[in-house]
Amino acid sequence: MIETVVSVNLPVGEQLKIKKNSLTPDHIRGDEKRICLVSGIYGDELGGQYICGEIIKRIKEDFSLLRGIVDVYPAINPLGLDARTRAVPTTNIDYSTVFPGDPNGGMEDYTAARLVEDIKGAACCIDIHSSNIFLQEVPQVRLNDDYSEELLRLSKQMNTDLVWIHPSASVNEGSLAYTMNHMGIPTLVTESGAAFRIKYDFCEQIIDGIFAVMKELGIWEGEIRVKDNVPIVKENEIYYMNCESSGLFVSHRNLLDHVREGEIIGTITNPLLGAVEEEIIAPTDGIIMTLREHPGVAEGSLVARIIGGSHL
Amino acid sequence: MRKETIYSFSSYLRNEFSIEGYWFGKEGDAAEPAACIIGSMRGNEYQQLYICSLLVKRLKELEADGAIIGDNQILVVPCINNFSMNVGRKYWVSDNSDINRQFPGNKDGDTTSRLAAHLFEKIQGFRYGIHFPSFYRKGDFIPHVRMPSTGKESASLTNLFGLPYVVTSKQRNYDRSTLTYNLQMQGTDAFSVYSGATGTLDETLAKQAVSSVLRFLTRMGILKYNCHNGYIASIIEEEDMVPVKADAAGFFRRFIGVNTEVCRGQLLGEILDPYEGNILAEVRSQADGITFFAANQPTILENATAFQIIKKLHE
Repeated sequence: MIETVVSVNLPVGEQLKIKKNSLTPDHIRGDEKRICLVSGIYGDELGGQYICGEIIKRIKEDFSLLRGIVDVYPAINPLGLDARTRAVPTTNIDYSTVFPGDPNGGMEDYTAARLVEDIKGAACCIDIHSSNIFLQEVPQVRLNDDYSEELLRLSKQMNTDLVWIHPSASVNEGSLAYTMNHMGIPTLVTESGAAFRIKYDFCEQIIDGIFAVMKELGIWEGEIRVKDNVPIVKENEIYYMNCESSGLFVSHRNLLDHVREGEIIGTITNPLLGAVEEEIIAPTDGIIMTLREHPGVAEGSLVARIIGGSHL
Repeated sequence: MRKETIYSFSSYLRNEFSIEGYWFGKEGDAAEPAACIIGSMRGNEYQQLYICSLLVKRLKELEADGAIIGDNQILVVPCINNFSMNVGRKYWVSDNSDINRQFPGNKDGDTTSRLAAHLFEKIQGFRYGIHFPSFYRKGDFIPHVRMPSTGKESASLTNLFGLPYVVTSKQRNYDRSTLTYNLQMQGTDAFSVYSGATGTLDETLAKQAVSSVLRFLTRMGILKYNCHNGYIASIIEEEDMVPVKADAAGFFRRFIGVNTEVCRGQLLGEILDPYEGNILAEVRSQADGITFFAANQPTILENATAFQIIKKLHE
């Protein structure tokens, strides 16, 4: 059933509507668990659009396997998705800074507050992201380092290549995940691919993970495919490679490649001089989990991240 | 005066990017870092750059006249983001990041984080830090000064700028990555001076901002500068201001500007149907007081703040 979670009148003959598709079992007992799948907080992240659509399609293919409620919110920032902008177009506000919102506030605060209200009571919430225009990411779950055991248990089911434990100091307090977790609703964030692109194999991985989480919660009874032994990676096991010059990043490697310490991952070239300004060297043995997507770089641009440590 | 490049990097696409600082007063080991003044960090902050340019010009003259007291040293950094300014972008030109959300920064981090880290390192140890930021809402507002909410703020110190209002507010989730918050946490008394304009040059407001800074430096014993005493500021808590919301979305026809005394129930503006021209909603004051903020865009969203009123205050 399609429902409007919140609507706001726009100035010129239009309403902003955040909609959800609420999928319920044919026979309701009243004690069903509910999962909320949220996407499109950033208007440039399209992977979640595909994932939401596929989840709905696959549930509809066999409703008899559904034992709980699946609320799918594909487009939290519909204006950004339509205008192809990451932030909310009219105000340029980053939607991931406004939670928990304010029921008496302006457009972003008000819609955020109504969304939070709608999600309350869920057994789990998954906020599906797709990196940004600059970096491509392997499928991963990102958690605050003050995560609950329940959240970690569910994250391991997500079929991603890693679960990244962020230090709390870097956590965005205005994010949906931060807000919902502090309200006691286990909420995990997935990242994969890159903005303005759909990397279908990564999306399939996340889709399988979502069905696995739903099965773990008793919401889904169908077959699932899930990885064993997903690495839980701490911040000190991730190596950042930022370039020291400006130019074009030319990649020599791909995401998920194993690299050895000292290997060249890519080069920064100067198109005016036809020269290599810098070689980007792997600082450790490991796996490439992040790789530059947008080739234009300036001094300091992040070009790659490698998972080192004992996860090889 | 001595000009110094605080941070730079090169690019094949454009000139070398550089952050320029202007030093005044005592030089060398005996110098006492007294005040650093930081201008525009966003590409639309033209007024903030203009104020700094006036300050550089005035401080040059004052230094030549021997008006900088003792070992005091003043640093002015007029612009952190000329690359965005030259292409009409608000945030950092190549990745849209906001420099004033990057502090204290990381010298090995992303471009704007490095830029913030180098600037932050250079301004460590100053007794006072003054930043000219832009207001977070689109609209007109009364010039005022703020200190970040860190637990170390002092309204009485802020009062010494002589601007008409000192505004205090609760900490917001992004405050901890701003310049003034981090300066304050490092032991510098840090202030944000909001001049009342951003994307346009307002000569009167710019001169008021310059005077307020020179007045403050004089009162802190850094500068000898005879000027008007300014205002004994009214101290306002942002949360105590009364927001006047738009009950409909549409064209916003505004009848009242900022710094105007209004009565409860007074008509301040109207929201018009953008197709048929009829009045969709009236915007009436919710309190007696003075308008602190007034939206200035042609359209307005439903429930957006059209005005903020400083309640129970008279001209």
